Amino acid sequence: MINQEIKSYFPILKQEINGHPLVYLDSAATSQKPVQVIEALKNYYELDNANVHRGVHTLGNRATEKYEGAREKVRKFINANSTEETIFLRGTTTAINLIAQSYGRANVEEGDEIVITYMEHHSNIIPWQQLAKERGAILKYVELEKDGTISLEQVRAAVTERTKIVSMVYVSNVLGTMNPVKEVAQIAHENGAVMVVDGAQAAPHLKIDVQQLDCDFFAFSGHKMCGPTGIGVLYGKKALLDNMEPIEFGGEMIDFVGLYDSTWKELPWKFEGGTPIIAGAVGLGAAIDFLNEIGLNEIEKHEHQMAAYAMEKMSTIEGLEIYGPADPQQRAGIVTFNLNDVHPHDVATVLDMSGIEVRAGHHCAQPLMKWLEVTATARASFYLYNSESDVDRLVEGLRSTKEYFSDAF
Amino acid sequence: MPSNNLDQLYRQVIMDHYKTPRNKGTIENNSVTIEMNNPTCGDRIQLTLQVEDGIVKDAKFDGEGCSISMASASMMTQAVKGQEIDTALKLSGIFSDMMLGKEYDDSIDLGDIEALQGVSQFPARIKCATLAWKAMEKGVQNEEKS
Repeated sequence: MINQEIKSYFPILKQEINGHPLVYLDSAATSQKPVQVIEALKNYYELDNANVHRGVHTLGNRATEKYEGAREKVRKFINANSTEETIFLRGTTTAINLIAQSYGRANVEEGDEIVITYMEHHSNIIPWQQLAKERGAILKYVELEKDGTISLEQVRAAVTERTKIVSMVYVSNVLGTMNPVKEVAQIAHENGAVMVVDGAQAAPHLKIDVQQLDCDFFAFSGHKMCGPTGIGVLYGKKALLDNMEPIEFGGEMIDFVGLYDSTWKELPWKFEGGTPIIAGAVGLGAAIDFLNEIGLNEIEKHEHQMAAYAMEKMSTIEGLEIYGPADPQQRAGIVTFNLNDVHPHDVATVLDMSGIEVRAGHHCAQPLMKWLEVTATARASFYLYNSESDVDRLVEGLRSTKEYFSDAF
Repeated sequence: MPSNNLDQLYRQVIMDHYKTPRNKGTIENNSVTIEMNNPTCGDRIQLTLQVEDGIVKDAKFDGEGCSISMASASMMTQAVKGQEIDTALKLSGIFSDMMLGKEYDDSIDLGDIEALQGVSQFPARIKCATLAWKAMEKGVQNEEKS
């Protein structure tokens, strides 16, 4: 159940900012952390900290159990077949770079195509740009519909037999659009390409089932879903991961080391060079427990409601333009907007003076900003701890912002 | 809701420069062009300077950004026009000190620029205010070398 009690689990939300109770509307950038996650990190460091997979000693075993236990929680969370398919990495960016540098380098050749869309985050653009440049491949963009959605016709038009990789965001960090990644995966497969899903904005908000989506890779970050920063996950189908080479070499990922040659550990550890992000994984495990207790379906429902309420209230402000799908059912709890001639930075500063934290800028999606024909936007993003009263505060703040900039000068 | 603090940031003279920018445009001939942006937020400025005999004869800017960045660009062009390079750089140093909340040299009349002092209370906005000045520094330094 989503109720006001949930907010009480987040200590940071109890403070005042600039003399006003904090309203945090920037969860798409990073979410706040519940006491359950903070406690899990504290307990790990106070009671169980040791390096993993090497100790004979008790602490080493405990740390290993916690780390691998977290991996099992991740496996269940996304319904992967096996923990061999869930690799702990730093975050979505690192995961996509791993796919590009390992799978991409081995499978993309001159003249091949990589297909992405206009609504990607920079982390799902630049790794492919680099790969395309290196291999002499062609990077293609799927055009968006006027309302900021993706049509399967456009995907079909872009994906050909030369396409080796299709990579797409599940939920747009700017438009909030929820994309038909399952259907796109099917189109990719019909053409012999693999499907990569950037799930950074999806994993916190929807029930993820990688087998049902039938995607080949799925990447997400812990910090956007109540977990700590510095931990993320790459899911990959075992058959693909088995044939991929690591891109980081060193401790932890090796099996046998000779003077001139070495062999790798089995999955998933061959991709986890160096001492892993143990505490991060433990924290992510606690975040998954927390989200499961509330229920991902409940969270998704709450976000649609928040988006619907916010869009309804915000559209009563004259001169406020909202970007992305008009139907709140088609979007997660993200509302990106501009207010008349007031620059988004100025909007964000004025709101901040009332304790309301929103994002302003290009949201790491410059090609999308170009498509929207704006240089920057403001964004309010909602999560399970936000309520209608937060939206009311935002709307009130926006009205004052508008007045401040039109009347005062 | 708007507080006194906000009024310090958005002084009337700043909004005036934002809404009616001075020296907006580009200089066509005998000029140096500097483009700079603020990658974290998307503010962008294109500054053209005409420098002759060690003097900034003309300065114009174009770009997109928030009120602070555009007002600061407008004020900067106004301040450096007709000044010797050394004076322009000195002004830039004074401005930088002002933004960092340090004591600054007040022997030079700063005119409208003084209105930007309130920005120093808003750390997230300092980069907006200094963008145009950084572009100017780069431009005159290039000219000095050539």
